[in-house]
Amino acid sequence: MKFVDEFRDTEKAQSLTREIHDIAAHLEKGRTRPLQLMEFCGGHTHTIFRYGIEQMLPDSIEMVHGPGCPVCVLPMGRVDDCVALAERPEVIFTTFGDAMRVPGSRKSLLQAKADGADVRMVYSPMDALNLARQHSDREVIFFGLGFETTMPSTALTVLQAKREGIRNFSLFCNHITTVPTIKAVLDSPDMMIDGFLAPGHVSMVIGEGPFQFITKDYHRPLVITGFEPLDILQSIWMLLKQFDEARCEVENQYTRIVPKAGNTAALEAISQVFEIREFFEWRGLGSIDHSGVRMKKAFADYDAERKFPVENLKIADPKSCQCGEVVKGVIKPWDCKIFGSKCNPENPMGALMVSSEGACAAYFNNGYIKKTA
Amino acid sequence: MSKFKGKTITLAHGSGGKAMRDLIDEIFVGGFDSPELALLEDQARFDLTALCEHGDRLAMTTDSYVVDPLFFPGGDIGKLAVTGTVNDLAVGGAKPLYLSCGMILEEGFSIDELMRIVASMKATADAAGVRIVTGDTKVVHRGAADKLFINTAGVGVIPQTVNIVANRAMPGDAVIINGYVGDHGAAIVDARGELALESTIETDCQPLNGLIAAMLDTCQDIHCMRDATRGGVATVLNEFASSSDVAIRIEQGKIPVRDEVRGICEILGLDPLYLANEGKLLAVVPADAADAVLQTMQAHPAGQEAAIIGEVQAQPAGRVILATGFGGDRVLDMLVGEQLPRIC
Repeated sequence: MKFVDEFRDTEKAQSLTREIHDIAAHLEKGRTRPLQLMEFCGGHTHTIFRYGIEQMLPDSIEMVHGPGCPVCVLPMGRVDDCVALAERPEVIFTTFGDAMRVPGSRKSLLQAKADGADVRMVYSPMDALNLARQHSDREVIFFGLGFETTMPSTALTVLQAKREGIRNFSLFCNHITTVPTIKAVLDSPDMMIDGFLAPGHVSMVIGEGPFQFITKDYHRPLVITGFEPLDILQSIWMLLKQFDEARCEVENQYTRIVPKAGNTAALEAISQVFEIREFFEWRGLGSIDHSGVRMKKAFADYDAERKFPVENLKIADPKSCQCGEVVKGVIKPWDCKIFGSKCNPENPMGALMVSSEGACAAYFNNGYIKKTA
Repeated sequence: MSKFKGKTITLAHGSGGKAMRDLIDEIFVGGFDSPELALLEDQARFDLTALCEHGDRLAMTTDSYVVDPLFFPGGDIGKLAVTGTVNDLAVGGAKPLYLSCGMILEEGFSIDELMRIVASMKATADAAGVRIVTGDTKVVHRGAADKLFINTAGVGVIPQTVNIVANRAMPGDAVIINGYVGDHGAAIVDARGELALESTIETDCQPLNGLIAAMLDTCQDIHCMRDATRGGVATVLNEFASSSDVAIRIEQGKIPVRDEVRGICEILGLDPLYLANEGKLLAVVPADAADAVLQTMQAHPAGQEAAIIGEVQAQPAGRVILATGFGGDRVLDMLVGEQLPRIC
């Protein structure tokens, strides 16, 4: 299939893999531990597992699967708030499909739906706005979540609703931001990550600029990376070249999508609608300063948090969870005490088991080969 | 012209009175047109001696059909209700003979649509060489069911020489599929109209008993066989691997998937290996018979795109390994939860 198969070409993969092995062998000399590379984004984690990329890499390179799966890091308290909103009789609660399975302290949205709440899966926030047009007697709430990738479409939908004067549409905003989160990972004392594959679709919106501090202040090289398997391999190769040539730069592998300055129209829509929160609670990582956004006051009529009582309960992660250490690469998923036993995709205890993009679920579903073979 | 034309189902059609009798007489007895049904007894009756001529074991199965929408490109709930049950008998090596048909109708359902569905069931049953011999009709209040639910049960007979069981996969056996994977699941997503795609994907809904009879003529010793309905190819392979305590190694590049289906999966982040099929079977056959079985399948209309997609190995036992075609392997696990709402 055109525009798909080119990026999954076996021969190109083999030649890249050979070069990666060569450079890694060279870099290995004088190192006492594997080179840790973090792919921040859950989409990258998904590709890495789907194509078995970890097995193609030498033992001296270790992929650390970062916190960039927005479904996974949603805290239980926020899911409880979603359920409470969805259970209001006047509400049609709309959400992306994979958020429906995330467990809250009482139930998931899927269970709430089974118990009678009107929860509907949509493919885009515009679908939710359409529902609001069709059901003027109901309040349609869209569950906005995701990093800067999904923020523009939510922002544009809110702007559209305001332009049309639609009064029965609101957003439950749980959008989160990439850069403060990477910074939180970099600031944690047990962090040993040597370089980053940066999220391609976030970068498409925010551009290269916001990542510069990672190379300048933290001296970690970074490559903005696409989502096909060859993108991942090429970016790993680019990072290794940086180490080998003692460079430390922000490089862009995903030039076919990511402009240097990002997407100004998208950024403009985001800044019209959203403002930074003081802090946002993450499942597995705790509270991170400035890592979330809320709606500006001017859009109060479209803000579910202002329109309805939202408890915003803090519910601590289960004590046995070690998601934070897995996310920072301190331990591997299977080193966690409850991996695969108390915590599995059917009954996820921790963030990383929740969605197929979470590192633990990915290992559980596809990844055992290297460990068990 | 039918007196039901343009009418809708009311609670009277399930009340046991005259309205119900008229509906059964015209729509079901007339529509299915089988001698057993025409007797209007409370049960269908079969001659055991005649059954015994087909083999030494009776096979029985049941399945319920709740698909939404009722009509989709290439099929409808009626066609599905016949093929699904016929296929569940056939993949066990049975010759399917008789079906029952239970219908739960929602008050207000269009009788024209009901007639279309009954006609589709009759045509599919004729094509598969089975008869619908007994039935039941219930009508429920509006909202208590979604338009129409169908249950069919089926009876067939397994020949003496056939022993197809999920735990007979042995290292060295070949794994064969009879064609493109994921068409039905993708067709249902497409037919819901939420994506506004340009192409139309047709369901693969088809009876497989003819194909299976031809396969058994070529090789009586087929070890395992199942149709890959809900949960898709990945689920059936996992069932074989776990029941037989063997590994199954599949090569991604050998699995036939249409471009349209790949496209829909790429857009939605779905995996065609987990999508439902309604006319696809997976067979595990001894290595020395694999080529002959494959040729037989490719010569049959229901198996033209058949392919050998992998083989059975000893280790890692209980696992399905997918060679991704990119250089790495991964475990192909059972699906947790669902990929799509209400496929069938």
